[in-house]
Amino acid sequence: MNPFTVHRGIAAPLRRTNVDTDQIIPAVYLKRVTRTGFEDGLFSAWRANEADFVLNQPKYVKASILVADNDFGTGSSREHAVWALMDYGFRVVIAPRFGDIFRNNALKTGLLAIEVPIRDVERIWMHAESHPEWPLEVDLVGNELRYGDTVTRFEIDSYARWRLLEGLDDIGLTERHADLITEFERARPGRLPSIV
Amino acid sequence: MAGTLAEKVWDSHVVRRAEDEPDLLYIDLHLIHEVTSPQAFDGLRSAGRTVRRPDLTLATEDHNVPTLDIDKPIADLVSRTQIDTLRRNCAEFGIRLHPMGDAEQGIVHVISPQLGITQPGMTIVCGDSHTSTHGAFGALAFGIGTSEVEHVLATQTLPAARPRTMAVTIDGELPVGVSAKDMILALITQIGTGGGQGYVVEYRGAAIEALSMEGRMTVCNMSIEAGARAGMIAPDETTFEFLEGRPNAPSGAAWEEAVASWRTLRSDDDAVFDAEVHLDASALSPFVTWGTNPGQGAPLSASVPDPDDFSDPGDRISAQKALTYMDLQPGTALREVTVDTVFVGSCTNGRIEDLRMAADLLRGRKVAPSVRMLVVPGSMRVKAAAEQEGLDKVFLDAGAEWRSAGCSMCLGMNPDQLAPGERSASTSNRNFEGRQGKGGRTHLVSPAVAAATAVTGHLSAPAELGARS
Repeated sequence: MNPFTVHRGIAAPLRRTNVDTDQIIPAVYLKRVTRTGFEDGLFSAWRANEADFVLNQPKYVKASILVADNDFGTGSSREHAVWALMDYGFRVVIAPRFGDIFRNNALKTGLLAIEVPIRDVERIWMHAESHPEWPLEVDLVGNELRYGDTVTRFEIDSYARWRLLEGLDDIGLTERHADLITEFERARPGRLPSIV
Repeated sequence: MAGTLAEKVWDSHVVRRAEDEPDLLYIDLHLIHEVTSPQAFDGLRSAGRTVRRPDLTLATEDHNVPTLDIDKPIADLVSRTQIDTLRRNCAEFGIRLHPMGDAEQGIVHVISPQLGITQPGMTIVCGDSHTSTHGAFGALAFGIGTSEVEHVLATQTLPAARPRTMAVTIDGELPVGVSAKDMILALITQIGTGGGQGYVVEYRGAAIEALSMEGRMTVCNMSIEAGARAGMIAPDETTFEFLEGRPNAPSGAAWEEAVASWRTLRSDDDAVFDAEVHLDASALSPFVTWGTNPGQGAPLSASVPDPDDFSDPGDRISAQKALTYMDLQPGTALREVTVDTVFVGSCTNGRIEDLRMAADLLRGRKVAPSVRMLVVPGSMRVKAAAEQEGLDKVFLDAGAEWRSAGCSMCLGMNPDQLAPGERSASTSNRNFEGRQGKGGRTHLVSPAVAAATAVTGHLSAPAELGARS
């Protein structure tokens, strides 16, 4: 995973609640066995059917920060939703609340998912709609969002933040505790199911 | 200190706890399937890692397998490649796989309980959000993404933050014709698709205790539709009775030891939950969704709501969009909504009891000529059991299609899909836009409502057929 420190980019306002991961990428794209190349599936139904969908508007085509509404990324656990956003060029998603599994997948993969209160989301939407060309700056070092004259602080789990700043691989971190895992396994009751 | 069921199972699986870090949790069982695992195996190979515990890992083919002509090669080459990739990965790393055509093949959340592998007090994960199903046994079970699948394959552990706990107490007795599915749909409408976010839900109360294991699995299965990663029910005699004698359940002295240990798996009387919700089962009636998320539901006796009646602006816009997509007018009685397709199946309602409920209503009746009805058992064992009881004949005589096991039309990754504009009554778990096929419109219902609807051609309660159940 690449480290994440500060990112400046165009913000795309997505004013709809309950965007489930089936909308972010439909199941038909999930038959692939690769980990990249999912940008064509991103919001594919809305991009195909809604001329005024945010990513169909030329001013947001190069957006790298998605500013979403409540309950973004609910439903299916498909990590393909995160891959599709990243393959399209997004580095950050901001929303008042995320689906748990989506947020987990994002933070493990290097897509910064930030929860901010709805009133802050509304201010960023207004900024992105009135000045689409002015970038939004996301500063994970200082926990700040900056746009125009506005500076907003955001909260993020300190452990997830540290991993993102360092670009650390979870498996590598866990392998440091291999001895504890072995010790735990020795104490597991023998009656637990084993699949052979 | 007093603890909840979820906390007890969590705490007994902590490998390492450190300040300001997530707990490192041991995973007793890792279920995998073709869709969310290929990239995880690639990750292992490229890092030179291996599968730490193939003996705690079980694989099946379910999401994209066809439910017709399963003895022939899969026609869709992309699907076939994905299935072949799973087979190669399982062979390379020594993981037991139940492939298409195998007697134990089926939907991942149906086969593990039926083999007796899902047991109380275990931690279970799978790259599928409906892993919450296994919580019906008092296991802590939740869905994970592919990065986490790779992590579990490599280490048999997962770093995870200790969740908050929510008690959902459902008292009273379910009226005739109302089932576990109506219960969970009503709950999701009450608390919303984000209401359980960040929580492990424990379902309790007389109405939950009265449910069979099949019904409990239906309830826990849809926890994720309320935003909760996991749902749990304390194990009891119903649980033990279901498990005893199953292929992977303990036997002899180990069975006695296991049951004694499982009996301790319940929330202490003075345990404190972070949130509590109450529901009265006796006030419930057949329930149906009208919108494009599982929280947009109403009793079948009600009408399509008017978006202007929603006070929250987000809910209002969401309802407007949903009604446009669903092609519904506010004020239309839900019972007047006609459907083209009825789907009975999925990890929510694809078990034997679900098929019995649907068959009971179809016996001696016919599916309406305007309706296509698909019955897809959750596993090949469920299929065999249903055929043993003659349920396949009931479905076929009524004019329904009788298929082989898989996820099928729940998510339309195989050829079982709605055509654009088609409307379904479906026993599955998600009514998202395009979920069952591009442009398809889904109403989530119970198996009994699905069967009654198939007969009349419009959304119908079982009582409409003059039926008892």
